[in-house]
Amino acid sequence: MLEFLLGLTLLVSLTCYVLTGGADYGAGVLNLTTRGTRAAQQSALIDRALAPIWEANHVWLILIVTVLFTAFPRAFTLISTRLHIPITLLLIAIVLRGSAFAFRTSDVDYREQRQDGLQRLLRPTFTASSVIAPLMLGIILGAMASGRLALSTDSFMEVFVSPWLAPFPILIGVMTLFMFVYLAAVYLVVEAESVALKRDFRLRAFVAWSLLTVLTLVILVISRTEAPEVYTAMVHNGFGWIVLAIVGMLGLAAGAMIRKDQDRLSRMLAACYVIALMWGWAAVQYPYLVEPLFTFHDAAPSTTLQVLLITLLIGVIVVFPSLYVLYRQFKGRYL
Amino acid sequence: MTDLIAARSQMAMALAFHIVFAAIGMAMPLMMAVAEWHWLKTGCHSYLALAQRWAKGTAVLFAVGAVSGTVLSFELGLLWPTFMEWAGPVIGPLFALEGLAFFTEAVFLGIYLYGWSKLSPWLHLGAGGIVALSGLASAMFVVAANAWMNTPAGFDMDMGHPIRITLWDVMWNPHAFHEIMHMILAAFAATGFLVAGIHAWFLLRDSQSAFHHQALGIALVCGGIPALLQPISGDLLAKAVADHQPAKLAAMEALFETQAGAPFVVAGVPDETTRTIPYSLTIPYGLSLLLHQDPQAVVQGLDTIPDSDWPPVTIVHMAFQLMVAAGLIMSFIALWSGWRWWKGRSFSDNRRLLQALVLTAPLGFIAVEAGWVVTEVGRQPWIIYGIMRTSEAVTPMPNLWLPMSLFGVLYLVLSGVVIWSLGRHVAATAERI
Repeated sequence: MLEFLLGLTLLVSLTCYVLTGGADYGAGVLNLTTRGTRAAQQSALIDRALAPIWEANHVWLILIVTVLFTAFPRAFTLISTRLHIPITLLLIAIVLRGSAFAFRTSDVDYREQRQDGLQRLLRPTFTASSVIAPLMLGIILGAMASGRLALSTDSFMEVFVSPWLAPFPILIGVMTLFMFVYLAAVYLVVEAESVALKRDFRLRAFVAWSLLTVLTLVILVISRTEAPEVYTAMVHNGFGWIVLAIVGMLGLAAGAMIRKDQDRLSRMLAACYVIALMWGWAAVQYPYLVEPLFTFHDAAPSTTLQVLLITLLIGVIVVFPSLYVLYRQFKGRYL
Repeated sequence: MTDLIAARSQMAMALAFHIVFAAIGMAMPLMMAVAEWHWLKTGCHSYLALAQRWAKGTAVLFAVGAVSGTVLSFELGLLWPTFMEWAGPVIGPLFALEGLAFFTEAVFLGIYLYGWSKLSPWLHLGAGGIVALSGLASAMFVVAANAWMNTPAGFDMDMGHPIRITLWDVMWNPHAFHEIMHMILAAFAATGFLVAGIHAWFLLRDSQSAFHHQALGIALVCGGIPALLQPISGDLLAKAVADHQPAKLAAMEALFETQAGAPFVVAGVPDETTRTIPYSLTIPYGLSLLLHQDPQAVVQGLDTIPDSDWPPVTIVHMAFQLMVAAGLIMSFIALWSGWRWWKGRSFSDNRRLLQALVLTAPLGFIAVEAGWVVTEVGRQPWIIYGIMRTSEAVTPMPNLWLPMSLFGVLYLVLSGVVIWSLGRHVAATAERI
């Protein structure tokens, strides 16, 4: 029971991370799409949306890592050892991204809208690392779901590379990227002030939604051979079909609402679609943390789990109201 | 370069980098809050300008601190998976608490930095106060975890595994209180002196500036008082180390032989093969007096410890001496400033004091880095003192020189950009005030 609750905590934290921090990454990627007469306004909107909240948003990731190494140490050890390379790349992207954004937006020249040498380097750094981080995050999760961590471990390549350098993990990485861009675009539509700017981001949202949805279907098909445990659980199981149906319906509804210019509704449906994708995946992979090696029953002693749960409960009491205050202050208009 | 050395170097770099920003992130919110409080109390506008200027600098430094902290939480697993598998269930909750404290800090810093016009002045100050408090809490939890590595407690052993884990005893292990005090005082002293040095530099060019005078005052109080308390904290901590980690104490003091009436060694470059300390000064009975208040007290030397369990004596001793020297200089300057204040004289028009402040600005952070070298290298060859060796804990992933070099370059570039960015920020201050 305790380990189930902590597994659930992991899923909820990951969901919060995706819906907040994920959108931050997506917004950074959208820097690549700024064009036309409103390019500067599009960039400014992205920066403005990110500035007060991005640091708080990314603490969810630290929470995930902490719960993992406290409650599920053996799974954590396996992941940290075998997936060392994508985790390292993810870290480098996180560092570059956070620093680049902070330097750029707090710099004197930025506030006066001047662009000089280092400034010109900071924005591409921010954008590139915003692309790499979601890719790596998805690759790591995809490797965990694919069952590849149970394959043979004779050579360096087999131990440290093949679990993640394969079609399924890589496509999950790309899917994560599209998912984050989709979320960001949908949020930015609500936050954009002018009708023209809203239209710009609505277009981007729809493109991202299409890419995401098509890729999801592709992944479903290839998972037959590339992630067999997850595929089997999904397809040879009534429950799996229900999950697919829910995800499908929410996905279509979300896409339709973008076209209908129903901005707040389409934002809510986007979040629901993404949550359905993630929770559907978790439900189908249940009870495995790492296919097919560790379930969440491979947990730390129950005293540790109890202490951790109490700690997290204190955290919820302290942090959630604080987060509410933060969002109310800066996103109140858009809630 | 062996994989173990590469892993240790990578971790050391990540920690050495992060600690600077973490320390600033602890102390600056208090200083900003003090400045803002002065403004609310006196209505003097330069205090508001000061709080806002400090806030802008803090924003960048906090962000870099946050991302470098993220790296550390991952590197615990990337580099030391065996350690994490063993210790995760024991000290994990401490990291969870630290994460929650940091979460609160990040939230309220966002409110503070971007909410100047959105919140009432007293609420805004309150937000600043919460940032300061949660920063302290965060430091408390994470340093307690490090203290546990030195004095593991709060569990029983069963076939080499920890059972009956009690979080309270894990957290309040024998070194925890002293390490926590020492680090918090160090963070405030180092940040205070750095900020004081910057404003002293401006005062040397314009001794009439009220803005810089006020800034210097706040920095000297927030940095000077901790600098004076630090030797007391250090003394208490050294006594705890003598009790629980005799090998570390012996290395710090380069005490090769157990003896009554042990001397205190000043400076010197210990030679482990000949067991001598050339280029040093000895104060007879000094160490016995310091540790036990008894000139004939016996202090345990490295001779009671098997060679394979010796920490690297040369590095640990020299780092310790550097830290103490830096700390004593800072204490002296704090006393000097305090004496001037007591006599009713201003800091801003004594050029010698201002010059001294500029020169000693980086000393606090030099002391912080040296101190961390003492405690971390002094704990070797253990990662959990007396229980797990660092060599047993390292990842089996080969070619660790590669990620080490990657991160090394990254931190170097980042340090450069931080200095550049702050330089521009400070220069902009010069233009406006």
